Amino acid sequence: MILKPQIKDIKNIGYYIGKITIGVGLAMFLPFIMGLISKELNPALDFFISAQIAVLFGLILTWVCQGDHDLNWLSGMVVVSLSWLVAMAFSAIPLYLSGHYKLFLDACFETMSGFTTTGLTLVQDLDHLSYSHNLWRHLGPFIGGQGITIIALALFVKGSSGGFKMYVGEGRDEKILPNVINTARFIWIISIVYLIIGTLALGIVGVMIGLKSFNAFFHGACIFMAGYDTAGFGPQSQNILYYHSLLFEIITIVIMVAGTFNFNLHYQIWKGNYKELGKNIETRTLLMTVMLTFFIVAIGLGKWGVYPNAMILFRKGFFQLISGHTTTGYMTIYAQQFIKEWGDLALTGIIIAMALGGCACSTVGGIKMLRVGIILKAFREDLKRFVLSDRAIVVQKFHHIKTMFLEDRQVRGVLVITFSYIILYFLGALIGIWCGYPFLDSLFESTSAAANVGLSCGITDTSMPVILKITYIIQMWAGRLEFMSVFALCGFVVAMVKGK
Amino acid sequence: MIRKVFSYLLLISSLSLLPYVYCSAQIVSSSGLINDAKDYDGKTVSYSGEIIGDIMIRKDYAWINVNDGKNAIGIWATKDLIKDLHYAGSYNAIGDSLEVTGIFHRSCLEHGGDLDIHAKTITKMKSGSIVLHKLNYKLLKIAGGLSCALVLVWLLRMLLLRKPWIHAASERIKRNYD
Repeated sequence: MILKPQIKDIKNIGYYIGKITIGVGLAMFLPFIMGLISKELNPALDFFISAQIAVLFGLILTWVCQGDHDLNWLSGMVVVSLSWLVAMAFSAIPLYLSGHYKLFLDACFETMSGFTTTGLTLVQDLDHLSYSHNLWRHLGPFIGGQGITIIALALFVKGSSGGFKMYVGEGRDEKILPNVINTARFIWIISIVYLIIGTLALGIVGVMIGLKSFNAFFHGACIFMAGYDTAGFGPQSQNILYYHSLLFEIITIVIMVAGTFNFNLHYQIWKGNYKELGKNIETRTLLMTVMLTFFIVAIGLGKWGVYPNAMILFRKGFFQLISGHTTTGYMTIYAQQFIKEWGDLALTGIIIAMALGGCACSTVGGIKMLRVGIILKAFREDLKRFVLSDRAIVVQKFHHIKTMFLEDRQVRGVLVITFSYIILYFLGALIGIWCGYPFLDSLFESTSAAANVGLSCGITDTSMPVILKITYIIQMWAGRLEFMSVFALCGFVVAMVKGK
Repeated sequence: MIRKVFSYLLLISSLSLLPYVYCSAQIVSSSGLINDAKDYDGKTVSYSGEIIGDIMIRKDYAWINVNDGKNAIGIWATKDLIKDLHYAGSYNAIGDSLEVTGIFHRSCLEHGGDLDIHAKTITKMKSGSIVLHKLNYKLLKIAGGLSCALVLVWLLRMLLLRKPWIHAASERIKRNYD
């Protein structure tokens, strides 16, 4: 028998969504201040209005939904899935007011793409967008990458038992510190420290390559936020190609790789445990898959003679591959070049890299290295069972922060999520084909959306069908939350309708 | 006879060169350059659009990015060619409109494989300008109205939720009144 959720559960969900909406509204004061500093009064007004609407909504919701604030597992998951949709809608208001988006749906697409650290964009005339709107586009990945509810946990929640449920709901199940709220705070502290270092590095290079000082550091901060959080947004329409600089590309690669690492791994490095880098199953799998997928890309590019020499092939091929594998989506080529020049083999290499993604408990999307590593270990264990005698006891171990025995339960859980991702990639591709796009193009764009990558082969455009925009929004959302919260929301709706 | 054959050959070769002369004079769009990059690779093309972002000086040369409304393409030019350019497009400015003639590279050997144009001539078609944005009073009124609503809701919420500090403040007022 399905139990109907009680009024108390709905009130608790509303209360936390209200808190998160207030948080989103308060975050809008940063671009508002930016607008005042850069004397962009109309954009500043866009943010002032949007922030007030969000805070007003949040205040009323927390007022109406006063209760015991104790979340059960289902409610915690529902809070997470709904809060991402609510945050998307409120954050889209200032972008839509800017006049750079054809439809409100396009602005919603942009904010969902930002929060989920995807990086697909529907902005029009980006090169004339204000500083404050551009800052908001890049703050989205920084907020969403660390986790929208992580902010709420770090700022508003004091020792709540619901904290861990919301933390897990955002696709993270590893606690770095014993307390989940301290874990959330640690994630924010390292992100802000890296933000300062990354902005300085990119800003200095920006000045060296001829950008105006203010623009250099503004672009530095934006590129860092969207690079570390593996979103791939850029302040200019040419993305990283705008800078025409090898040094800028190298620093961007370092930032993307740092963003793809597990926060737990960052914590080990902070503690001076550098050996973990070499031993961890995720870093080992990442190295292996990067080499393998780059081999496919290089063969593809080399076979068709896409680039005039090996150095250029490496520079273009490796940048695009790392960008895809870390699910960032930065580009040093034009989107159309993927289809027109790269050829099917190189494109397939990029699709595989995007589908695999980066490390778990980070800002990346995709199936993730921990799962890929576990599947490979399980495969090896089964092979050993075939080869060795029946009496042999086969055990498989893996090292992720600590050494663990591989259990069937783990493998089953990993396979369920991996299978869900593969279905999501192909479902999006099918809708793309239904809208009239070729198979490989549709699969590329669908994988890019569902794995939160942001590389585009040209399908994502303001003129694409509304059904495809909605499909990609759902793919980005479900892919970022790793399905569980989305399944929980579906279960909650069913319980509301059919429960007794 | 030989003179006749030679004349015919000269005529035919001149006619076969005509399309290239015509092509180089015609302005090619960014989409045309990107989609048919192999056809234009190494050829002299004309491209026009608005300068956007910053003019990035690199020793005796500079990078400018020129947007024709669809895409922006990087232009590599000597400093002399860009000395008359003053405005680059941003939120606060419309950039100078240019017509660039130069050699197009699908994958430039000199610049790490970037798709770019090495400019031979740059002609300023129209000067850019600063954009003065008028304050949107309609939005200002909405912002004022929302501020009032926000203060009202916040006060009501505080009063109805009976926060201790409101009690303390009201007690103090009462005491002072007494």
